[in-house]
Amino acid sequence: MNIKVLYFARIKESVNYSTEDIVLPADVNTVVALKMLLAERGEVWADLFSGKQVVRAAINHELVDDMMALKDGDEVAFFPPVTGG
Amino acid sequence: MTVRVQTEDFDVGAELAAMRLASKDIGALVNFVGQVRDMNDGDVVSTLTLEHYPCMTERSLESIEVEAKSRWNIVDSLIIHRVGKLQPLDQIVLVAVTSAHRGEAFKACEFIMDYLKTRAPFWKKEATADGERWVEAKISDDDAQGRWANAIDKPVSDK
Repeated sequence: MNIKVLYFARIKESVNYSTEDIVLPADVNTVVALKMLLAERGEVWADLFSGKQVVRAAINHELVDDMMALKDGDEVAFFPPVTGG
Repeated sequence: MTVRVQTEDFDVGAELAAMRLASKDIGALVNFVGQVRDMNDGDVVSTLTLEHYPCMTERSLESIEVEAKSRWNIVDSLIIHRVGKLQPLDQIVLVAVTSAHRGEAFKACEFIMDYLKTRAPFWKKEATADGERWVEAKISDDDAQGRWANAIDKPVSDK
């Protein structure tokens, strides 16, 4: 399946991407599986996505937890805990 | 219910007057204004830059307003949140709630701010003499939101 991934704030600066399109392998169908896939890129990706840091996720503009399933065409966003207000 | 995310400043007096005069069944108007401080974690802050996630920001703020309206008998609510580069003394956020009586408006206003702090996708980056740094989320903000989790109309910690 094809998804769009967005990165924000500290995470965007660390990975040096704001957005990318990813074609997922068949066995990557949840947020946590996507995080593990990104962590395999090594370096800063491993630091961010292997579970050591708190990285929040949203699918199609809704906050979700790591077990949420992914669907073809989803917009997935990763960002640090929010600090507005 | 209104949500605005904008770079421009806002006129609190004009916004509150418009809300207050909207209906004769309004007996209370409660509001909160957040502004940029010149100190954070012991360092002087010269500028604060707010990033956000367009679309998700508006949707999350709207859903917080819907949740507040479902919990309390309020007439209307307004959230204005600024993004972009701000300086100390600049206004960041306005939350205002109208209701027939003050109790509902006080609670709904605090609830909206507590949820905004932990659910709306804004991120602050501050410039200090040592350079720029991202502001870290505070555990106390999660605690403030958590108070409302099991409460119909009041924080759990309110005995």
